[in-house]
Amino acid sequence: MSLHTLTVCQLRDKIRTGEVSSREATQSLLDRIATVDGKVKAYNWLNDDDALAQADAAKKDGALAGVPVAIKDVLNVEGQPCTCASKILQGYIAPYDATAVRKLREAGAILVGRTNMDEFAMGSSTENSSWGTTRNPWDLTRIPGGSSGGSAAAVAADEAFAALGSDTGGSIRQPAALCGCVGLKPTYGRVSRYGLVAFASSLDQIGPFTKDVRDAALLLGVISGHDPMDSTSVPRAVPDYVAALERGVKGLRIGLPKEYFIPGMDREVEAAVRTAIRQWESLGAEVVEISLPHTDYAVAVYYLIATAEASANLARFDGVRYGLRVKGDDVIDTYGKTRGAGFGSEVKRRIILGTYALSAGYYDAYYLRAQKVRTLIRRDFEKAFAKCDVIVTPTTPEVAFKAGEKSGDPLKMYLSDIFTISVNLAGICGVSVPCGFAHKLPVGLQIIGKAFDEETVLRTAHAYEQATAWHKERPVL
Amino acid sequence: MEYEAVIGLEVHVQLKTHSKMFCGCATAFGAEPNTLVCPVCLGYPGVLPVMNAEAVRKTILSGLMLGCEIARFSKWDRKNYFYPDMPKNYQISQYDLPLCKGGRVGKFGITRIHLEEDVAKSFHFAETSGVDFNRAGTPLMEIVSEPDMRSPEDAFAYLTALKEVLIGGGVSDCDMEKGQLRCDANVSVRPVGEKKFGEKVEIKNMNSISGVRRALAYEIQRQIAAVKRGETIVQETRRWDDDTSVTSVMRTKEHAHDYRYFPEPDLMPVEVSAAWLAEIRRAVPELPEAKRRRFVAHYGLPEYDAEVLVADASVAAYYEQAAAGSKNPKAISNWVMTELLAKFAENTIAPAQLAELVAAIDAGQISGKQGKEVFAEMFATGKNAAVIIQEKGLAQLSDAGALEGLVDQALAANPKSVADFKAGNAAAINFLKGQVIKLSKGKANPQLAGEILARKLQG
Ligand SMILES: [Zn+2]
Repeated sequence: MSLHTLTVCQLRDKIRTGEVSSREATQSLLDRIATVDGKVKAYNWLNDDDALAQADAAKKDGALAGVPVAIKDVLNVEGQPCTCASKILQGYIAPYDATAVRKLREAGAILVGRTNMDEFAMGSSTENSSWGTTRNPWDLTRIPGGSSGGSAAAVAADEAFAALGSDTGGSIRQPAALCGCVGLKPTYGRVSRYGLVAFASSLDQIGPFTKDVRDAALLLGVISGHDPMDSTSVPRAVPDYVAALERGVKGLRIGLPKEYFIPGMDREVEAAVRTAIRQWESLGAEVVEISLPHTDYAVAVYYLIATAEASANLARFDGVRYGLRVKGDDVIDTYGKTRGAGFGSEVKRRIILGTYALSAGYYDAYYLRAQKVRTLIRRDFEKAFAKCDVIVTPTTPEVAFKAGEKSGDPLKMYLSDIFTISVNLAGICGVSVPCGFAHKLPVGLQIIGKAFDEETVLRTAHAYEQATAWHKERPVL
Repeated sequence: MEYEAVIGLEVHVQLKTHSKMFCGCATAFGAEPNTLVCPVCLGYPGVLPVMNAEAVRKTILSGLMLGCEIARFSKWDRKNYFYPDMPKNYQISQYDLPLCKGGRVGKFGITRIHLEEDVAKSFHFAETSGVDFNRAGTPLMEIVSEPDMRSPEDAFAYLTALKEVLIGGGVSDCDMEKGQLRCDANVSVRPVGEKKFGEKVEIKNMNSISGVRRALAYEIQRQIAAVKRGETIVQETRRWDDDTSVTSVMRTKEHAHDYRYFPEPDLMPVEVSAAWLAEIRRAVPELPEAKRRRFVAHYGLPEYDAEVLVADASVAAYYEQAAAGSKNPKAISNWVMTELLAKFAENTIAPAQLAELVAAIDAGQISGKQGKEVFAEMFATGKNAAVIIQEKGLAQLSDAGALEGLVDQALAANPKSVADFKAGNAAAINFLKGQVIKLSKGKANPQLAGEILARKLQG
C-alpha cells in the first residue's frame, strides 16, 4: 500500500511509532501529486523542498505530527503566496499565519501547498479561478464543485491526506459531495477566521476536507477554539470530537425537511440519500419529517448579504499596498485599472450587486430586508431542532456537472448551493459525507446540526460510515 | 435685512490610548513613516479588527463629562469610500447607534459622540504620492454639536471649553498642531427671525481654533453678501486656506459620497454593563468650572489665580497638594504661577517641599528675596528648603560672638530650665536651644547654639 492513500489518523500513528517518517510520507504525497496533478490541477502552488524541510523538522508528538495538509489558497500561510485564485493578489506573499494554520503547525502538520478555488471563494465549480480549472478526479471532464474545489479534488485523488477549505454558502460541503470525500463546515464562531481572506464575514467559516469522518473530527479539534484576534470566535471549550464519535445513533432523531426533497432533484441522487436514511433507521435512529418554510428565500437572501459584505471586504484590493497595480493617470484611474484587470467577471458581478444592495435608497429594500429574512431562516432551524437532533438532506441536487456547462449562467450556478446555503445563514454546522454514486459520480449526504453541536453531526456521520464502505471508494487516475 | 449665521461643529479628537483602535500598534506622533503598523492597520488580506476597550472607556468618560446619555447598546458600522489613506477603503465607525447622545458644552448642545478609526496621512511629492499609515487606526472620537452657535465667537468659546474638558479628563491632549483635534464646521445664514435653516456649507481644513474663528467670519460674510446680491447658497463643501484667508469649493452636492453604511460583521456590538458604567462614572474628574469655583471658595484665591491654576489639570493637582500642607494657600498660588508654571514640565520640587519653603518665609526664617534663591536651588537640585537654608547658611546666625550673647540672655531668662538641666534633665537643653533660636528670630544656627549652650551649662 502506498503511503499517500492513508488517512490522517493512520499516517500519524505510523509516524508516532516510527514505522514511517514524515519525510517518507511527504515524499510519497509529492510523488503522487507529480503523477496525477497534471490531470486534476488541484494545486496552485507547491514547494517540494520547503515541504520536505518542514517534514524533517516536524515533531513526533502532537495531533498531526508530521502529517502533510493542503491549504486552500484563501488562508494566509506565512511565507507562502496567498492569491485567492485572483490576479489581483498575484505576487502577494502572506506575512503572517492564519490562526487555523498556526494551530495546524503547532499540532505538527506540514503545510504542503495551496489548493485551487473559485476567485475569492465566489463560485461553485472552481471554474472562476485565474489559474485554470480544477477537474473532478472521478471524471476529468467535470468540475470538482467549489469554491474549495482544489481541496476536495486533492483529498479525493489522494493528493492530500487532508485539506482546509472555507465555506460561505456550501464551499466545503458541495465540492466534498461532488468529489466523494468528507467536508465539514463548523458552526460560525467555532474556528477563528483570522487570516482567512474574507468573502462574506458573517457567513465564512474554515473547515476540513478528509478521507473519513474520524479525520474530520481530529482536524476540527485542532483548528477550533476562541481566538483573541477574532472577536466573532466564541469562547467555548473544545470537546474531544474523536472520542464523541463512538456513541452511536440509537434513539437519535433525524429530521428530513420536506422542502429539500424537491421535484426536479436528480432521481439517482435522491435514491442514494433515501437508502442512507434507511441505513440509519436500521442502526436505531428515528426519522421525523420537519419543515423549514423559508427555504425558498435562502438563495436570494444569501446573494444580498454575501455580496453586500463582499463589496466592502474586497475594497482593500486597490493596488496601493500589495498585489497587482496597474498605473493610471491618477489614483482613481489606478483603482479602476487595477481592479478592472485584477478581478474576474464573477467577482466584479458580486461587487456590483453588493454595492447596489447597500446604496442609498435601496438599503432598506434589499440589505435590511435580507437580514430580516435571515432571522426567519435561523428561527426555522431553531424550531426544527426542537423535534430532531440532526437534519439530513442531499448536499447537492445533482452530481458533478460538465466543465463549462453552467459557467455562462450565473443563476443556474447559484442554485447548486441551494441545500447548503441556509446552514451558513443560520450560522449552524453541517458535514457532507459520501453516500454512494449516481451516474457513476459521487453523491453527498448532508448532516446538519445545532450551533456548536458538531459532536452529534460527526457521530451521526461516523455511524453511517462504519456501516458502509462508500468512503473507501477511490477514483482511478 | 439683517442676517444671522447658524453654525454647527464636527470635532474629531484623537484619544490618548497606548494602542490603536483595532490592533496592538502603538499610537505616537512623529515616528518614522510606516513603523507603527501591522497587517491589521495596513488592511492586509484576512485580518480582523479587535476593539480597544480603553478607547470605548475614554469615549464614555467624555460623554459623562459632557452630560451625554450613554448608550448601553451600541454597534460598529462600515463607512465605505475609496481613498488612499484608508487601508481597507472602508472606515469602521458608528452610524445609527453611537456611544453617546445629547449633552452640552456650556450653552451649546451636543447631538452625539461616536468612536471610529483615524485614517492614514498622505504626502505629495513632485512625481509621486506617499502614505504614512502610522496614524491609521488611531482611536478617533467625533463630537457633533447641535446647530446652536450664531457667531465665530460662539464657535471659539465652544471649542475652547470643549478642549478644556477633554484635556482635564485626560481623554486627549487636543493638540491641533499634531492633529489631535480637528474641526469641520457647517454654516448657513438666514434672515434674523426666520426659523428655517438656510442651505448649509461645510468648511474643512481649519488647523487652529483661531483659524476656525477666521474661517467662519469669512464664510458668514461671503454667504450674507451672496444672499444680498440675490444669489442662492448651494449645499457644498468648501476648503479654508489659512494663508489667503478665503474658502473655496472642494466638492458640490452632486459629488457627495454615498457611504453605504452597514453593520460591521467582524465586531460584536458594544454592551456597556451597569458595573462598567458605574466604574467609569467614578472616574469622572471635577470639571474645570466647578474646580475654579472651589479654588476660590476653599483656598480663598482670586478668580484670576483659580483660572490660571485650573487651566492645566496637573498644575491644579500640584497646587492642591502643596496648599493642603500650607497655612498660606495664596502664597503657594503666587509661587506656582510666577515661578513654576513656565517650567512645570521640568519641575522636580515636590508639593510638600514648596509648602515648606513658604512656611520658612512666613516664619521669618528667610526673607522673601532669599526665598527665590532657595527656590532656584530647590528647582536645580531637588533638595529641601531647610537643607539649602542650612547649607548656604542663609539667614542663620553663625557668628559665635553674637550667639554667645543670645545664649547668655536665654540662660538668664530661664533659671528653672538651667536648674532642671543641672539636676540631670538633659532634655532641658532643647528648650533652651529653642529659646536662643527664638531670640534670634529663627536665624541662629541650631548646631552652634547647642554647642555654646552645652559648654556654658557644663562649664
Ligand atoms: Zn496595527
